[in-house]
Amino acid sequence: MATTSAKQVLFEPIFSNNPIALQILGICSALAVTSSLNVTIVMCISVIAVTAFSNLAVSLIRSQIPGSIRIIVQMTIIASLVIVVDQLLKAYAYEISKQLSVFVGLIITNCIVMGRAEGFAMQNGPWLSFLDGVGNGLGYSVLLLFVGFWRELFGSGSLFGYTILSPVNEGGWYVTNGLLLLPPSAFFIIGLSIWALRTWKPEQVEEPDYKLSAHKAREAF
Amino acid sequence: MEHYLSLLVQAVFIENMALAFFLGMCTFIAISKKIEAAIGLGIAVVVVLTITVPVNNLIYNYVLREGALDWAGMPGTDLSFLGLITYIGVIAAIVQIMEMVLDKYIPALYAALGVFLPLITVNCAILGAALFMVERDYNFGESVVFGFGAGLGWALAIVALAGIREKLKYSDVPPGLRGLGITFITVGLMSLGFMSFSGISL
Repeated sequence: MATTSAKQVLFEPIFSNNPIALQILGICSALAVTSSLNVTIVMCISVIAVTAFSNLAVSLIRSQIPGSIRIIVQMTIIASLVIVVDQLLKAYAYEISKQLSVFVGLIITNCIVMGRAEGFAMQNGPWLSFLDGVGNGLGYSVLLLFVGFWRELFGSGSLFGYTILSPVNEGGWYVTNGLLLLPPSAFFIIGLSIWALRTWKPEQVEEPDYKLSAHKAREAF
Repeated sequence: MEHYLSLLVQAVFIENMALAFFLGMCTFIAISKKIEAAIGLGIAVVVVLTITVPVNNLIYNYVLREGALDWAGMPGTDLSFLGLITYIGVIAAIVQIMEMVLDKYIPALYAALGVFLPLITVNCAILGAALFMVERDYNFGESVVFGFGAGLGWALAIVALAGIREKLKYSDVPPGLRGLGITFITVGLMSLGFMSFSGISL
């Protein structure tokens, strides 16, 4: 990993190695907070901050951590950072922190944070780890904002709370699609965006367990 | 009694941890390829949730909550900001203890659960349930029922998904959707199905 440049570390996770779409990390919170963009943005910033600083902290003390208790050390660092974020949100953005409810706390168990601390920060220097944290946080944010964009635009006809398509019940013309505000739509949008991403970058396509063999009915005659 | 029953139904079906709150999604997607593995993980989650939610409930009510330390002569102390780190510590400790106890007394179950027990510490469903318990202000009895119900709902969802995926691997899925993509869409459809429970109240 000595040859990895800072730019690569920062931008690779956004599309080519997206934590959600490819590494299956951190989906838990990705879905619940995407029904309105304001909340999504706050969540994204929190996750980027926590991932970056936990990577930095873990990387700084990586040679002092005994191997057998490293998980609990990482966990403590992450939990402390999340508490800081949680308290900051409660102090300066109380309304949004109410809407995020338990999901700020759940950043602790967000596998992206833990996975990057364990997988990258334990082997690399502080600066690269910090960038890796930011990059992965951004990769997470891109997908989250994408999902949030469609859900808010077609679900309630607005973006960031500003009306774009004026909805019928306020005298406009747009019939809001209630399904998009409900949990299942988040799954559909993520599934479809993975499809789009993999059509664009075909090397990410998974091999099937079983292949369809050619049709052999004719040989029976 | 009726109140507890209604809470149980709510936790299992209406507010299903996996399908309505997206909790524990990482393991939910990753471990649902084989039905046996899904059942093992499901049982582990039920057991861990039934123990950790009530324990965290006691800790919250007697140590962390504002004014909870009255009995120790420290009225007016509010330690609730320590909540997150405490819950995750309690969960990690309980999982560790369970691992040792099972290894000593019920080796068969220990072998069946295998690698899933340590995985559970980082399962957001466990921490999520603890946080929901605090947010909704459950008392001790309610927290036992809620913990068990939430675990059961999660187990039900993962076993059902594993069943679908076992069939799905024989089907001809478009290349880009293979694996992760189609799994998400399946989960979406399941979640749509579970939404039909939302009108039920006992």
